[in-house]
Amino acid sequence: MQALTQRAKPVDRRPMNWIEKIYLWNIFKGMLITFKHIFKKKVTIQYPEQKRPFSPVFRGLHILNRDEEGRERCTACGLCAVACPAEAITMEAAERLPNEENLYREEKYAARYEINMLRCIFCGLCEEACPKDAIYLSETFAPANYSRKSFIYSKNDLLIPDPKTQPEEFNIAKGLIEKKKISK
Amino acid sequence: MILLTIDWAYTIEKMVLIAIVISASLLIAMYATYAERKIAGVMQDRRGPNRAGPFGILQPLADGIKLFFKEEIIPNNSNRWLFVLGPCLAMLTAMMTSAIIPWGSTIEIGGRTISLQIADINIGILYIFGVVSMGVYGIMIGGWASNNKFSLMAALRGASQAISYELAMGLSLIALLMLTGSLSLKTIVEQQINGHFWNIVYQPLGFLIFFVCALAECNRAPFDLPEAESELNMGYHQEYSSMKLGFYLFAEYINMFISCAVIATLFFGGYDMPFVDESQLSGVTALLTGLVALFGKTFILIFVFMWIRWTLPRFRYDQLMNLGWKGLIPLALLNMVITGAVVLFTMKTP
Ligand code: SF4
Ligand code: SF4
Repeated sequence: MQALTQRAKPVDRRPMNWIEKIYLWNIFKGMLITFKHIFKKKVTIQYPEQKRPFSPVFRGLHILNRDEEGRERCTACGLCAVACPAEAITMEAAERLPNEENLYREEKYAARYEINMLRCIFCGLCEEACPKDAIYLSETFAPANYSRKSFIYSKNDLLIPDPKTQPEEFNIAKGLIEKKKISK
Repeated sequence: MILLTIDWAYTIEKMVLIAIVISASLLIAMYATYAERKIAGVMQDRRGPNRAGPFGILQPLADGIKLFFKEEIIPNNSNRWLFVLGPCLAMLTAMMTSAIIPWGSTIEIGGRTISLQIADINIGILYIFGVVSMGVYGIMIGGWASNNKFSLMAALRGASQAISYELAMGLSLIALLMLTGSLSLKTIVEQQINGHFWNIVYQPLGFLIFFVCALAECNRAPFDLPEAESELNMGYHQEYSSMKLGFYLFAEYINMFISCAVIATLFFGGYDMPFVDESQLSGVTALLTGLVALFGKTFILIFVFMWIRWTLPRFRYDQLMNLGWKGLIPLALLNMVITGAVVLFTMKTP
């Protein structure tokens, strides 16, 4: 039979010889192996100080996108909430008032938009469902916390920085989104 | 009329010594848990505990605090009195063995010669055996009083294991005693200091048997069958919580420390620093070198104990019994006969 890989080794089925029967020599060899591991490189990543780099397609904490003028893109159509298998998204829609064109892109916007990170399974279906390019899953994850309430992320927690007041942060967030779009 | 004269200075001196030895063994046992976790970590390419304090050195303290604050649970249908007695016995017997280990030679304070041994009794080794075999009661009573079939099974395993390995241990020691001609640990150490070599040179096989049996007596891997996490889920201390569990775990580490100290004393010259002539040194230096030597040897042995634990898988129960009865006991007997013959023909000791 053809082996699937070159790494297969036939099992040695010879009866044990005298040295093997008293085990001591083999125990000694085993102990040498464990001793060598003391000096090996540690694989641990010291979490809060060190972080593992995520791939661009990583599905982490959500962010709500803004356009170049800093207007919120979400139009509270509810498609993300419908798509969500975990029913983690809730929102309340509101109509844009005449003097609010600089805040919201569409005539209807989400007055309240909440994602329960304890329900969310980070499947990314909301991202796929959104017709307005408004929701993305970023490369971080929800940090640990003591209360369940704190895992319900409101719109303020999710929105990316405003390009007018915080241009640098906006560019960073935008860059991440673009990277994600390219890698798809 | 004075019936009994009490040497108060002597009593106080011994009390102080006892306090020091007990707190030292507790401290060492505490840090043995830390060392174990660190060693397990580095041998598995991990780091081990490093969060509590610098390098995690406060970890044992944190563990202790945690254990103290855990809920105390005594199962309803257990025998309350025995249930509490179990861990106490385990701890007590673990501490009692330290009484006869010579921690160093003598020092002079204010004209008094103080021996660094709590009790230099002439049946030292027999005392150790007696106390160590009493340690089984801790396991037995604890496991039985829990009124739980897993605990009971673990307790039975523990008892039969301890009894079988004590035999081989005793036999391997008889060979050693034929050479030394004394049961007092102090005499044994002094013979090794004055003689050419440590006892391990004369008794390599005896040492090996004794070492394996010591592993089994301390319930250490690969002989940790009474605890066997996978098949008996924690074994005899399954029903224990809080500090009573802590006592059991602690007793294990103290036992390990004491047996390493006993091995160091019996086979590696006790407080004899290699390549140094103790009689040339002055009082305090001699004392310090002695202490450093003994503790150095003990710690190396503890490391070996842990090293073995993180290398070998657990024995199966029939393998354990086979090794004990069919392997170690005949070997120990053989060792005894050969040593006896050699001693008889060379008349090394009177
Ligand atoms: S990632 Fe999936 S589970 Fe989470 S909110 Fe979006 S659709 Fe729902
Ligand atoms: S995030 Fe997108 S899909 Fe969800 S409500 Fe807003 S526009 Fe609609």
